[in-house]
Amino acid sequence: MQLSGRCWVYGDDVNTDVIFPGKYTYTLTNVSQFAAHALEDLDPDFARQVQPGDIIVAGKNFGCGSSREQAAVCLKMAGVRAIVARSFARIFFRNCVNNGVLPIVCPEVTAHAEKGDQLEIDLDAHTIVLRKPSGATMQFSFPPISPSVMAIIQAGGLIPMLRRKLGTEHLPMPEVKFGGGD
Amino acid sequence: MAYTFAEKALARAAHLPEAHAGAIVDAQPDVILSHDNTAAIYRLFRQLGVEKVKHPERLCITLDHAVPAPTTQHAQNHAEVRRFVAEQGVRHFFEAGRGICHQVLSEEALVLPGQLILGADSHTTHFGWLGAFGAGVGRSEVAALWATGELWLRVPESIRINLTGKLPFGVTAKDFCLKLIGDLGQDGGLYAAVEFHGDGIAALSLESRMVIPNMMAEFGAKTAYLPPDEAVFHYLAERRTRRGEPISVEALRAMALYPDPDANYLAEYTYDASQLQPMVACPHRVDNVVPLSQVRGTRVHQAFLGTCTNGRLEDLAAACEVIRGKRVASGTRLIVIPASSEVMREATRLGYITELLEAGAMIGVPGCGPCMGNHMGVPAVGEVTISSANRNFRGRMGTRESEIYLASPAVVAASAVAGYIADPRDVV
Repeated sequence: MQLSGRCWVYGDDVNTDVIFPGKYTYTLTNVSQFAAHALEDLDPDFARQVQPGDIIVAGKNFGCGSSREQAAVCLKMAGVRAIVARSFARIFFRNCVNNGVLPIVCPEVTAHAEKGDQLEIDLDAHTIVLRKPSGATMQFSFPPISPSVMAIIQAGGLIPMLRRKLGTEHLPMPEVKFGGGD
Repeated sequence: MAYTFAEKALARAAHLPEAHAGAIVDAQPDVILSHDNTAAIYRLFRQLGVEKVKHPERLCITLDHAVPAPTTQHAQNHAEVRRFVAEQGVRHFFEAGRGICHQVLSEEALVLPGQLILGADSHTTHFGWLGAFGAGVGRSEVAALWATGELWLRVPESIRINLTGKLPFGVTAKDFCLKLIGDLGQDGGLYAAVEFHGDGIAALSLESRMVIPNMMAEFGAKTAYLPPDEAVFHYLAERRTRRGEPISVEALRAMALYPDPDANYLAEYTYDASQLQPMVACPHRVDNVVPLSQVRGTRVHQAFLGTCTNGRLEDLAAACEVIRGKRVASGTRLIVIPASSEVMREATRLGYITELLEAGAMIGVPGCGPCMGNHMGVPAVGEVTISSANRNFRGRMGTRESEIYLASPAVVAASAVAGYIADPRDVV
């Protein structure tokens, strides 16, 4: 499995309040509304300029704070398929996996990436190629993602994976409205 | 073989003879917590194609995050939670006004020593005060727990923190937590189970102990643990009797888990309580901590006393101690929100509410209040709030262009009276 995309680069301890402000936790109920507010209190340009396939690169403890799953979902709805960070806050890490967004720990990428660089992630080889606008490239490796985590991501998230496990895949999937709560 | 608390608790919850740090186990929680987000979790649950919750008796649900409902949308959300509760026969449901989930479940003795509680709330670490393994998870995971009764968890490594000696006058468990988070950073306990030990912990009141594991969510911890003692067992036993589901002190003692003396820790830190002083977390990070003396005199427009961290009876008592005979400063507002209806009732009985009202405070309905900015107490642009809560992130209280300082209840009260950040020891 391979992914490639443009980088958005942020610092340490980006918390879920700036990723998805608490004031929206009850007022936005439909996931289709989420992307417009992604990272609103950190970088207002992000939601306006993000493109499907873009990758977020961040420092340590990305996604700290509230357990609100909307933080992972809003990034997914904005088209983000992977986040590369020095480290992740634990609930956010799980929320990413459970929504099919790849959380990758690779401090070297954090150290070298700048906004607008291109990243190519190879999940089978556990490598990331960082491509600068000048054409210069650097390659880094990251620890393999555990098979249980990969199984959830490949299924598209925890809910689709469990539907398979529970034998309920054939049943219609009700539309998700997400709101209501921190 | 020697085990930490986390290793013992997750082995028990996964019905395994043993579990080692780093292993992944399928754990079956004794208690599954959710709050106003229950309706959203229910929608995810319905996607699973399952009709009935597997163990409805394990669910504990409170309405606390925006109560009473401030908008039609919030009211619809609450109504949906009530429909779910009725449909699935959830017995442990607490209506709007009863209080904040972590406080209410503690008061109702719904979580017991050695148990596992998973909740769709990051502060589920709270239940470490009574020796339980509490951890926050996401909504999809709670939906999965409702359907299957189990969830995979990685057994965390543990960090050991010792608190020795006695806190000086005017210094609280909150100051200790702020000091710790300031020293080691908001990821100082990332992925870890944080155990607290020492005579400094044992000397704390139960209400003060509750502050510590609650604040460990701001340390990155997966869970936090304080060794349960006789005071904990008696508190729980009395409350279970009151609720008509008695459990003996002996039974609680037998459930309690303690780490082995030679268990393996990632790191160990020791703090001398007698050397601590009032601390303040400055905007916009919980680990941006300084001694109060460094920010004394900072103008505050709003002071907020409440939340699952510091909205209990002793917190209101500490505020009254400071405020007695004084008034909230002109140009400053004091919002007081007791953490539960029980706290409010006792604070009323003891005259605290009257004292606070006479000083010019406004009192709110028990619940989370303005903590996360989704209904009341929103600051104006450019305003500064001093709060007894656990988070001061930018925009947390609903306004991006405002600032939040975090401190103990006594510091919040002293600052409300002064109109600027003040040391309660100067006021009392």
